[in-house]
Amino acid sequence: MRLVDEYRDPALAHALATAVVRRATRRWTVMEVCGGQTHAIVEHGLDQLVAPAVELLHGPGCPVCVTPLETLDRAASIAEEAGAIVCSFGDMLRVPGSRGDLFAARARGGDVRVVATPLDAARLAERIAPQPVVFLAVGFETTAPAAAAAARWALARGLANFFLLVAHVRVPPALEAIAAAPDARVHAFLAAGHVCTVMGTAEYESIAARHRVPIVATGFEPVDILEGLALAVAQLEDGAARVENQYRRAVRPEGNPAARALVDEVFAVADRPWRGIGLVPRGGLVLRDRYRALDAEQAFPACAAREPAREPEACRAADVLRGALRPPACPAFGRGCTPEHPLGAPMVSPEGACAAYFRWRGAEEAP
Amino acid sequence: MNDRPDLTGLLAPSCPAPAAETGRVTLPHGAGAGASARLFETLLWPRLANDLLAPRHDGAVLGAAGGRLAFTTDGFVVSPLVFPGGDIGSLAVHGTLNDLAMCGARPLALSCALILEEGLPLATLAGVVDSLARAAADAGVPVATGDTKVVERGKGDGLFVTTAAVGLVPGARELGPGRVREGDAVLASGPIGCHGAAVLSVREGLHFESEIMSDSAWIGPMVEALLEAVPGTRCLRDPTRGGLGAVLHEIARGAGAELEIDEAAVPVDAPVRAACELLGLDPLFLASEGRCVAFVAEADAERALAALRSHPLGRGAARIGRVRAGAPRVVVRTRMGARRLLVLPEGEPLPRIC
Repeated sequence: MRLVDEYRDPALAHALATAVVRRATRRWTVMEVCGGQTHAIVEHGLDQLVAPAVELLHGPGCPVCVTPLETLDRAASIAEEAGAIVCSFGDMLRVPGSRGDLFAARARGGDVRVVATPLDAARLAERIAPQPVVFLAVGFETTAPAAAAAARWALARGLANFFLLVAHVRVPPALEAIAAAPDARVHAFLAAGHVCTVMGTAEYESIAARHRVPIVATGFEPVDILEGLALAVAQLEDGAARVENQYRRAVRPEGNPAARALVDEVFAVADRPWRGIGLVPRGGLVLRDRYRALDAEQAFPACAAREPAREPEACRAADVLRGALRPPACPAFGRGCTPEHPLGAPMVSPEGACAAYFRWRGAEEAP
Repeated sequence: MNDRPDLTGLLAPSCPAPAAETGRVTLPHGAGAGASARLFETLLWPRLANDLLAPRHDGAVLGAAGGRLAFTTDGFVVSPLVFPGGDIGSLAVHGTLNDLAMCGARPLALSCALILEEGLPLATLAGVVDSLARAAADAGVPVATGDTKVVERGKGDGLFVTTAAVGLVPGARELGPGRVREGDAVLASGPIGCHGAAVLSVREGLHFESEIMSDSAWIGPMVEALLEAVPGTRCLRDPTRGGLGAVLHEIARGAGAELEIDEAAVPVDAPVRAACELLGLDPLFLASEGRCVAFVAEADAERALAALRSHPLGRGAARIGRVRAGAPRVVVRTRMGARRLLVLPEGEPLPRIC
């Protein structure tokens, strides 16, 4: 497969890993931001190739697992009590809210469906009008343009039965929070390539400069990730802290102007709660006023959580999500908290950091 | 290696779906992986346990005057009913007869129960039954008995098929997870995941550049060629729901041994790989309906491969791994040369967000 196989070439990967290990004069801590990169790292065992020169910390980059409990409860309630069809991406259906996941809501009688794109949900709404269809819009800047396109399509057609339950989150504010933490352990970041494909790299310049931390926009294949690590380690060894672009085949500094304009037309930046972290200033998106008619929160006010959902106290998700705590070092890891009975965000989705550790390393690493 | 595997590994969670907690059947219960395994272990197994079920095989082998009978049953709920490369009718025959083949049995007769949903077009039914009859005739097996029920509209998914089959195990053939030994070679009879990818591609309405065809086929003759060449074959399994990954886990538990799989050696057709890349799926967990996994002694491995490759359905056969001493688990040697655990996913493969 062109554009995949050449980025999985074992010989090239080993050469890059060797270069990283040779260049490092001390142990560096590098955080990959995106769950997709975490996935590739554990799938291919890349962390084993660069250890002990580089310790990889898994960042907050799983938009599915940082979706707040309240949002999931509201989606379930909209499906079960308001009789709307709730649609979302496949992996969203397995993330538990207070009363189980959206599969459980479906088993209780709610109509919950998997769609491949937000536009599929909008088309479904047009086909079955007037029954309401709600798209649970999750994801980073990567999926926001598609949700925005669906919103614009629905508004242009005057669809009165299509709604968005918006839970989009933005990556740079989370990076900023991690870098700014007083106990930050992260020496460098691998920024999520697909987010940069849409948004470009300009937003990271000030973070890199202010916190003296190299940021490398990085792709998702083994060779991408190892090359991203090589660039980050080279900067660290040189005492540099700038934004670099490893993912040149996809990322331009200005991003994708058409997609950015679309997102900007439909959504405004707003403070948003992240599951496991709490309120992240400017950490998410909300619908702009002219799209307010599509807002599922306004359309189904009775489906709001009756009382705020509380994360369990034993969970130290916030520390894990900002790289301050290795998952196995959490007292609940593998004991009270497992992928089957997750306490917190990073254990919730398979791409979360705790789930990744539990899944690939097992519970034996628990203290 | 013990014959009574420790089941704690089976129950080890892999993903967050707390399906067992809802008190209702959810879709992951039927997907062949984690939740399915828990349903089996906690609800079905304790209620149905008996000596014939105990070997955890694809079918039961019954002693009978003059020989040994193999007996198996299967339910088919595929959606859509017709998919590239097959339909629910031929699939039901292939799936059931293949389960017999995994016991080393030659099929004698099939039964077939049809559960029809009110409103199903008779033309659709006729097409499916034609296909079912053709598949049975191709295998030389009569449909000896059957049943038809109709459920109200909305209470079925168009058409469900339940089949059972009996067959005869010739000679002293003994196949089963309990016979797998340390050092054995693990073989796959051909590229995996084609059926799962084909069904998913039509179900999700995805249009790939090259159409992916199901591999649905009766593999009895190929298995006979293998067993003739290597009578000491230890165990056979067809990787249907849950795919190769689920089968490897079952065998690891049944054998009480570690299985190590070479990721680069597992045959996967390029279009299936491309579809998996696009959807964020792992081909190791996509169903095949015309393949088998064979465990043979290392000394027999090359002969077994040659026998499989001598049959058209086994042309793509490959050695994919080995059996090692150790805790019952499945380890993947990645293309990069690292090792990782292969963990059963929860439920149906779902496309990832990104």
